Amino acid sequence: MNTVCIMCPIGCALSVTEESGKIVVTGNSCLRGQKYGESEFVCPKRVVTTLIKGEKGGVVSVKTAEPVEKKLVKEVLKEAAAFRLSSSVRAGEIVLENVAGSGVALVATADYDAK
Amino acid sequence: MKNFDVVVIGGGPAGLAAALSARKKGASVAVLERDDKLGGILNQCIHSGFGLHYFGEELTGPEYAKRFRDAVLQDSGISVFLETMVLSLSKDKIICALSPAEGLLEIQAKAVVLAMGCRERSAGAIALAGERPAGIYTAGAAQRLCNIDGCLVGKEVVILGSGDIGLIMARRMTSEGAKVKLVMEIMPFSSGLKRNIVQCLNDFDIPLRYSTTVTRAEGKDRLTGVYIAPVDEKLAPILEKEEFIPCDTLLLSVGLIPENDLVSDMIELSPITKGAVVDERRETSLEGVFSAGNVLHVHDLVDNVSEEAAIAGESAALYALGKLPRGEKYAVTPSRGVRYALPQRIQAGEGKVRVYFRVDQVYRGKTVAVASGGEIVKRKKTAVMAPGEMQYIEIDKTALTGDVSIYLEEV
Ligand SMILES: Cc1cc2nc3c(=O)[nH]c(=O)nc-3n(C[C@H](O)[C@H](O)[C@H](O)COP(=O)(O)OP(=O)(O)OC[C@H]3O[C@@H](n4cnc5c(N)ncnc54)[C@H](O)[C@@H]3O)c2cc1C
Ligand code: SF4
Repeated sequence: MNTVCIMCPIGCALSVTEESGKIVVTGNSCLRGQKYGESEFVCPKRVVTTLIKGEKGGVVSVKTAEPVEKKLVKEVLKEAAAFRLSSSVRAGEIVLENVAGSGVALVATADYDAK
Repeated sequence: MKNFDVVVIGGGPAGLAAALSARKKGASVAVLERDDKLGGILNQCIHSGFGLHYFGEELTGPEYAKRFRDAVLQDSGISVFLETMVLSLSKDKIICALSPAEGLLEIQAKAVVLAMGCRERSAGAIALAGERPAGIYTAGAAQRLCNIDGCLVGKEVVILGSGDIGLIMARRMTSEGAKVKLVMEIMPFSSGLKRNIVQCLNDFDIPLRYSTTVTRAEGKDRLTGVYIAPVDEKLAPILEKEEFIPCDTLLLSVGLIPENDLVSDMIELSPITKGAVVDERRETSLEGVFSAGNVLHVHDLVDNVSEEAAIAGESAALYALGKLPRGEKYAVTPSRGVRYALPQRIQAGEGKVRVYFRVDQVYRGKTVAVASGGEIVKRKKTAVMAPGEMQYIEIDKTALTGDVSIYLEEV
């Protein structure tokens, strides 16, 4: 796998491979790049942010409370797009538990007043 | 006429941080905001990545804005005027504003903080050839329509400009089900953060082409496609290599301009930053008028905006209360490799000053030097510097003996 280290502005081009059970990172200039390369190879994670629609109109911005596995990002977006919010929420409150079976909740990042 | 010690024009992150720090010094404060909500552009930036420096945690734009908004609204010493458009500011600091609630509003301020933010360069500003069909938006306008109004502006998208707003919108439109076909950058490098290139483009397999631009837009009522071409070293398009890309939407992310129309005939503006020329207290050439945030110079991190605005707010309060010291000022001039430095003046005295600067291209392994009165007073080694990432170097005022210059060694 080829990627770019994002841990500092240098942006080393990393190459990560598995050789007889061991993960090998090359192209990094420091230990942080090594760790980043490993985690991107084993299980890359992302915080997902998107919008949830209200049943009677309006939108509210949400995020996953924790980073979720990158391969679940599309599913999270799909479930969020299909969901309709029926009541008011405040920023920080949970909108949808265990989104896409990730074990992580979607929480509101702004206030929403249901009409 | 109403009276306040400090009047802040603009209720974005800069305005809110300025208001809070002015209050800490005991000034009475008013914040004038034309929108119906405080928080500025942050309200539409729903992605995360704000506040890592300032709060030590990763917040979304609305969350970052809320922390400041709540603190401002809870402070009885800060009067907030929403839906209030400032129309003029006079030299003796009388502000005229218009609002549905108050009608025409006149306010006498002792000190003023300019915090009006910036606006995006539009199709007009970059002289795009061809038709003017529907479907051409600035990235920020598309972001607002999408994230505040919940309306997706198109299905097949091409983006010109690889600044952060363009990159963020590439991911956002993809998340909403649009197909982003291509992001183009006229320069051979991106002005956006590495992190955004990886997580907004690479994660979704969106191609990025450097040294490429849009030559023409096509379509009668709605955009049907754009012609694109690679550019030569002088950034002129190589028309023999022009190709057509069908799309219904073109997003422009081609730069931001500080919004200084209110004061452009009254204070000295820098031809490079297009913002005010200020000293380290962020005081402009007009005594008692201060400036901070994107109206002063375009920032890439909101954390820096909050920091800068806190300085401006505190200084404005001290000025209003008659406690801002005055003294000799040294000019700060950028040279060799440094495109601009801010503040452009430093008042002699004591204490530390952070000089913020941007370089003119990508540099590796260079040393930044600050000289004053012909002697080097500070040097700092750096690994990599890019024009898209604002840098700073901290200097001790007691070391200054004359005008200051900042440059890269061996450039
Ligand atoms: C479209 C866009 C997207 C951005 N996305 C990001 C991002 O994703 N990440 C990031 O770190 N930075 C982003 N930025 C940069 C961001 O603008 C700054 O980090 C920060 O928001 C600047 O704060 P500010 O208070 O200076 O300006 P703003 O947030 O723009 O606030 C200025 C405020 O002043 C008000 N105002 C202006 N003129 C008047 C007037 N005459 N009367 C009354 N009120 C007035 C405006 O309504 C606005 O609320 C973005 C900028 C833009 C333009
Ligand atoms: S590997 Fe180290 S030096 Fe290279 S980009 Fe990552 S953090 Fe920076």
